[in-house]
Amino acid sequence: MNTEILGIILMFTLTVLLAIPLGRYIAKVYSGESTFLDPIFNPLEKHFFRISGINIRQEMTWKQHLIALLTINFLWFFWAMFILMNQGWLPWNPDKNPSMSADLAFNTAISFVANTNLQHYSGETGMSYLGQIVCLTFFQFISAGAGMAICVVVFNAMKERTSEKLGNFYNYFLKSCTRILLPLSLIVATIIVFNGTPMNIEGKASFISMQAGDTVQLSRGPAAAMVAIKQLGTNGGGFFGVNSAHPLENPNYLTNIVENVSIILIPIAMVFALGFYLKRKRLSLMIFGVMTLGFLLFLLPSVYLEMKGNTAISSMGISQQLGSMEGKEVRFGSAASAYWGITTTVTSNGSVNAMHDSFTPLTGMFALLGMMVNAFYGGVGVGFLNFYIFIIIAVFISGLMVGRTPEFMGKKIEAREMKIATIIALLHPLLILAGTALSSYVFVVHPNIGWLNNPSFHGFSEMLYEYTSSAANNGSGFEGLGDNTLWWNITCGIIMILSRFLPIIGPVAIAGILANKKYIPESAGTLKTDTSTFGLMVFAVIMILAALSFFPALTLGPISEFFTIQ
Amino acid sequence: MKSTSLFQAALVKEALKASFVKLNPKIIFRNPVMFTVELGTIVMFCVTIFSLNNTSQGSFAYNLAVFIILFATLLFANFAEAIAEARGKAQADSLRKTREETPAKIIRVIGEMYTNEIQIVSSSQLKKGDIFVCETGDIIPTDGEIIEGLATIDESAITGESAPVIREAGGDKSSVTGGTKVLSDKIKVIVTTQPGESFLDKMIALVEGASRQKTPNEIALTILLAGFTLVFVIVCVTLKPFADYANTPITIAAFISLFVCLIPTTIGGLLSAIGIAGMDRALRANVITKSGKAVETAGDIDVLLLDKTGTITIGNRKATNFYPAQNADKQGFMNALVLSSLADETPEGKSIVELAISQGMKVPSLSTDAEFIRFTAETRSSGVNLSDGARIRKGAFDAMRNLSEKAGNQFPIEVAEQVKTISSNGGTPLVVTKNEQVLGVIELQDIIKPGIQERFERLRKMGVKTVMVTGDNPLTAKYIAAKAGVDDFIAEAKPEDKMNYIRAEQASGKLVAMMGDGTNDAPALAQADVGVAMNSGTAAAKEAGNMVDLDNDPTKLIEIVEIGKQLLMTRGTLTTFSIANDVAKYFAIVPALFIASIPALKGLNIMNLHSPESAILSAVIFNAIIIPALIPLALRGVEYKPIGASALLRRNLLIYGLGGIIIPFIGIKIIDLLVANFI
Repeated sequence: MNTEILGIILMFTLTVLLAIPLGRYIAKVYSGESTFLDPIFNPLEKHFFRISGINIRQEMTWKQHLIALLTINFLWFFWAMFILMNQGWLPWNPDKNPSMSADLAFNTAISFVANTNLQHYSGETGMSYLGQIVCLTFFQFISAGAGMAICVVVFNAMKERTSEKLGNFYNYFLKSCTRILLPLSLIVATIIVFNGTPMNIEGKASFISMQAGDTVQLSRGPAAAMVAIKQLGTNGGGFFGVNSAHPLENPNYLTNIVENVSIILIPIAMVFALGFYLKRKRLSLMIFGVMTLGFLLFLLPSVYLEMKGNTAISSMGISQQLGSMEGKEVRFGSAASAYWGITTTVTSNGSVNAMHDSFTPLTGMFALLGMMVNAFYGGVGVGFLNFYIFIIIAVFISGLMVGRTPEFMGKKIEAREMKIATIIALLHPLLILAGTALSSYVFVVHPNIGWLNNPSFHGFSEMLYEYTSSAANNGSGFEGLGDNTLWWNITCGIIMILSRFLPIIGPVAIAGILANKKYIPESAGTLKTDTSTFGLMVFAVIMILAALSFFPALTLGPISEFFTIQ
Repeated sequence: MKSTSLFQAALVKEALKASFVKLNPKIIFRNPVMFTVELGTIVMFCVTIFSLNNTSQGSFAYNLAVFIILFATLLFANFAEAIAEARGKAQADSLRKTREETPAKIIRVIGEMYTNEIQIVSSSQLKKGDIFVCETGDIIPTDGEIIEGLATIDESAITGESAPVIREAGGDKSSVTGGTKVLSDKIKVIVTTQPGESFLDKMIALVEGASRQKTPNEIALTILLAGFTLVFVIVCVTLKPFADYANTPITIAAFISLFVCLIPTTIGGLLSAIGIAGMDRALRANVITKSGKAVETAGDIDVLLLDKTGTITIGNRKATNFYPAQNADKQGFMNALVLSSLADETPEGKSIVELAISQGMKVPSLSTDAEFIRFTAETRSSGVNLSDGARIRKGAFDAMRNLSEKAGNQFPIEVAEQVKTISSNGGTPLVVTKNEQVLGVIELQDIIKPGIQERFERLRKMGVKTVMVTGDNPLTAKYIAAKAGVDDFIAEAKPEDKMNYIRAEQASGKLVAMMGDGTNDAPALAQADVGVAMNSGTAAAKEAGNMVDLDNDPTKLIEIVEIGKQLLMTRGTLTTFSIANDVAKYFAIVPALFIASIPALKGLNIMNLHSPESAILSAVIFNAIIIPALIPLALRGVEYKPIGASALLRRNLLIYGLGGIIIPFIGIKIIDLLVANFI
């Protein structure tokens, strides 16, 4: 078999094999069992909690959880705005990069608070080291930690009992950062540092290139730390502008494996953690199965298409033995680039190791679909929340189909929960389609606005991708879009903030309401949700509800492009 | 069960008329899905007029065709609701007809006194609290409760059961229903309902829609469907700027067609018909429900409380064996037990005499001055005092032991042993004494209804736990419970035991159904999630329950549970079908929208439809005719099979999910082949 294909099989197998023990460990962390890091962190944390006046034994209701989450996010936003708009004169700026404009800072601050990491700037010229460290890298930890913490709240709500007490948010949040994200990041960062990723605070290095003897500036900086957490926390915001396609962010095939495994490791491990945490392994297997089915559905054709090459180039009689290599790094090849492209979009990570703009049209569509569904693994913590909404809808329809008032985990699903689930399911297409529609309108009225490098279908895909990426809190760019303008900074910022927090509020509210309902033990008439039949139902709901609403838009973008260049 | 064909000519006519009346936006607004279709139809009407002089939006004929199909879609949906209403109404009307304008013999009150002055008034003038008299041959004018007397009544008008029943004052069989006929004797009845407020009146109002409220599940489903509708509003509205960007003009007709095809019109159009049909099915099973919610809840029932007598066993116990005591002579024992039973009119008493005769016993005659002692709850025995002064008693074991021991006689050990054996075999022992001397014991056995085990097995597969309620002792109860196949039993049940059992089950999250007739059942009926009162029961019981069974059939609960499940399943499967249809509709319409300006998209036209116009027309035509095509299914309900939830889901997903994806591909292609001839 082709080595390139073996490479991606290895990556996926490795991820799943690592995710199982990690899931068990995560479940242990949240259950409050002792772990190997307790001796180091417990004494430290005790002081922090005492100073902040937090009693971690005090359990919170779902509303209190949300208030805690939103409050700290609100404060973080202002912290980020301050750093980004003042980094020019603040210390640790050897390259003398300027402070950000208000709209760019707005976009960037939201982007990092919301775990999106959409970057309308380029790291080398747009950020100081202080900003990279105390703002961006720091936010990559806390936004991921917040997502995981709120996911545990939903886990708690799924327990077989009636209670409104769902654990302590600050406890889960801190544990997510110190017990899970930090040690894993240390491992990943160490591996990539030894493979050549810089970790220093020195400014640009200059050297004389062989090409015409020019002096070339080479950016450096504290990159390894950021690269590790950007992958593990499904953040995706790179230290350098071109992200993990940059030779210093992702030097070789080994680092590529490590980074790519990191992208989907925690999202998968969270699914297993659910099984260990609630002692419902079959349920987590069902969820993992549905997610993997969707993932493979997007992955396999993409790998095939990228390895097959670009039909437009083939028709010119040019051989493409390496597959479609436009916009890809030779050290990774077409298969690993396609694999990365799909993993990074299904998980809301958004780091890239190839130019998504240059993918063959349908691979671009599958990347888009990954973000449109946003629940096949999904972002750390929040991916499961998105999936939870689909479960609720699937439970409702299939519950009716077996002649019973629908129930999930022994709790009845009624009008109130359906209202919330419907609104959240609606929100994603609304934000993406409305954003793209507005931009299309503006573009039609002002054809010379200069946003698009490639008008026509591809240009449409670029706009669609930008909003999809924002709404999925993904953060990858199709590129080819002039996006550092007032219009794109503001509209994407608004979409990011809405699509980060509403899809957290919705599922947590549903879970909280359900947790407080009377627990009904299972009977022979109860629909079991941990079966493959039900899994198929969830899959169908996702594909028909999430994917099909984008069919007309995809037709005008990648599908038309595909048929045109055939 | 009475069966009528789904579409009777008279009903269809009435429903057709109602289909137009229901176009009124105020009425259709209750259904968000169909309301948006109506808006689309109005827009299409304007476009059609516009295209008379200007063909920029397509030809007049094409727009007219789209308009007509959309209009038909609306009518079809309205028709579905109307025919369901008409059927329910027809059913209820036939019940109501029996009680219209019958003469009533009312007793007027003069001051504080009830005199015997009887006036004849029309039944419609009877008010709650009025008292009337019914004699042999009279039709009972309205619902009420007997306060004096006893009568045989022919209830066939409402139950269809020809055997007459006995109703008497006091006790649990005091209720009479308007429209039934007194066959013998005379009763005095107090009116229990205001005119127009009887259960039947309420039921008719429910079916007719005026007072029909959406059930919780229906509300939740409507929200989901409204959500689906909104998604497609977004999809269609945003398509306009997308198309402008791609320089692809899309006609208004195409937009509206795409929208109407994508929103779940199939389930939206049939939703209320399904709900009404559920209540109608209950009515056809001779059950009057006080709300649609009750039917729906019935489908969720986890625990079913059933009275033993009449439900699980046939009426009453029968004597199966006589066991004389060791020191008593057999002849004397047989004589005594027959003598004590001759005057006993209860079925047990009769069965004792029958058994004695079949064993070759010559029935002795009872002298006229013998005094019959009735059974009372205190003595728990009955018997006879003969003219020679001999006292014969038969009764429950401990009552008789007390009796004999009080008189200084020892209770024979072997009889006590026999009593135990009988009890543990599910029988009821009756100890016979003469002058406080124990003569022996009679074994009475319950006869379990044939076929009842299968019904319980079916319930178990549905996930419903059955509980037998009986006054028997625990040993007997256990035996019968095991033999009949019920899951649990309450022995020596007092009314409050039922109540406590229901509360305990409800506390653990279960939904409980029960059936009852007596006033002492009323609290439990009210506590149960589904309380079915028998029509023969007291007014209090009927008021407390949320359904009334006209047939007084205790096994009816099983049918009610299935009706409830069917109702939910029909909604669920048609929702799935409706949404699954979208896949094919997308593939029909989306290529049609863009193919003119992006010819390469013909690769997406996987159905190979004739032209963009024919593709759009075929999709909307399919979308319209699927509604009437599914009306029979909506009215009859999807069949419930007790094969376990997962297997049921698999089955329905295969039929309605996969079928919902495939059928429209075939349907649209066929319609396209036909439509292509005209374009």
